[in-house]
Amino acid sequence: MKCEGEKIYADEGSCPICKMDLQPIEEEVKNFSLEEITETSIFNLTSKWNTEEGEEITLKKLKGKTLVMVMIYTTCKAACPRLVADMRNIEVKIPAEFKNEVQYIMVSIDPKNDTPKRLKEFAIENLMDDEKWTFLQGTEDGVREFANVLAVKYKKISPLDFSHSNIISVFNPQGDLVHQQEGLGVDNKITIEKIIETVKK
Amino acid sequence: MKTIVRLAVTMLFLNSIIANCQPKMVKIKGGTYIPLYGTNNQKVTIDNFYIDVYPVTNQEFLEFVKKHPEWKRSKALKLFVDDNYLNDWKSDTILNTNQNLQSPITSISWFAAKNYCEAQNKRLPTVDEWEYVAMSNENMPDARTLKNYNEFILSWYEKPKTNIQTIGSTFQNYWKVYDMHGLVWEWTSDFNAVLISGESRKDVDKDNDLFCGSAAVNATDLMNYAAFMRYAIRGSLKAKYTMKNLGFRCVKD
Repeated sequence: MKCEGEKIYADEGSCPICKMDLQPIEEEVKNFSLEEITETSIFNLTSKWNTEEGEEITLKKLKGKTLVMVMIYTTCKAACPRLVADMRNIEVKIPAEFKNEVQYIMVSIDPKNDTPKRLKEFAIENLMDDEKWTFLQGTEDGVREFANVLAVKYKKISPLDFSHSNIISVFNPQGDLVHQQEGLGVDNKITIEKIIETVKK
Repeated sequence: MKTIVRLAVTMLFLNSIIANCQPKMVKIKGGTYIPLYGTNNQKVTIDNFYIDVYPVTNQEFLEFVKKHPEWKRSKALKLFVDDNYLNDWKSDTILNTNQNLQSPITSISWFAAKNYCEAQNKRLPTVDEWEYVAMSNENMPDARTLKNYNEFILSWYEKPKTNIQTIGSTFQNYWKVYDMHGLVWEWTSDFNAVLISGESRKDVDKDNDLFCGSAAVNATDLMNYAAFMRYAIRGSLKAKYTMKNLGFRCVKD
């Protein structure tokens, strides 16, 4: 309730100074889930994604766990298997007590071919079908935007082949980027430290 | 008689609406060409599309910001813009005294440019589309082999502050499009498809590590130094970056 100046009263009634009726303050519409994220959080992105389980989500759905993300495509013969291996190596090295706090996200840069069905098959083939692993199919536009957020560069070089930068990104549970590991088969010690550090916070 | 007058008025009215809503786009007839960074010298096929005759101006972007307050300088999310976003403006909705309404908008990020185009039911051009239009001079659709075409572009790259000129102050090209060269650099939708890292020292051997299939980086025409500069700039950009000499224009299918 308010009347003169900025003074606000908790109860209904009249203003002790001017005796006018107190007016209710317009309640600000608060979006709590939005409020908890920062301006730099990837959860600000509104693009829609399909998971390998066929569920449609926005990235915000992933909020709450430390996220380890990589962009791949399932027909990739060169670097992707190594990237996938790098992801698995990271997962293996995370101590058991933290395992449930980390989610591993594989984002396809080939949304045309990597349908939820294809991603599910890929998950099974690579023994990544348990709940820790999430595979995402976006729209061409959504993928481009997401890659831009991660500063991942990619280009289609033939119908089934892409060039892309090999970057594994770590996000804290609020969706802020905390670390990026560049290259293939690189020492993942720092990445693992960062993940554990983020989980502990 | 009345009907005729009414019709005439309606026609005039319609004309002005069309002129206002769809100002200054021209049709680009598609075709094939080999871009600087082709894939194994493969030709790229471009479909027909429409392109803005001029880069987006300060005035147009100002109107956009007023309609879409989430893109005001004080409101835009840090995920989408860096600290220099619109930093030459006096305030959220007022230009500085030394800024011309008819100059190209700059100091905007890829996200801001993309959203602007989408708000007009348009989109950003792809690198290939942009280069396709930009390889023309006044009379030829592909002037890339001409010495004076390349010299003009390179001499512009050396000039400071061309962004404060007004739109239309450079030449009209074969497609009747202005300012592809000589005014500002322009964002493209897939600028992040350029596979060279920002730092040239990084591009030597480590590249194989960073990029899968890095054989894609093959200049089909290394002589085309001007275009090489553009690809290098694109390769160094991140989508939230803003630059004083980087603007954009939109296209439509």
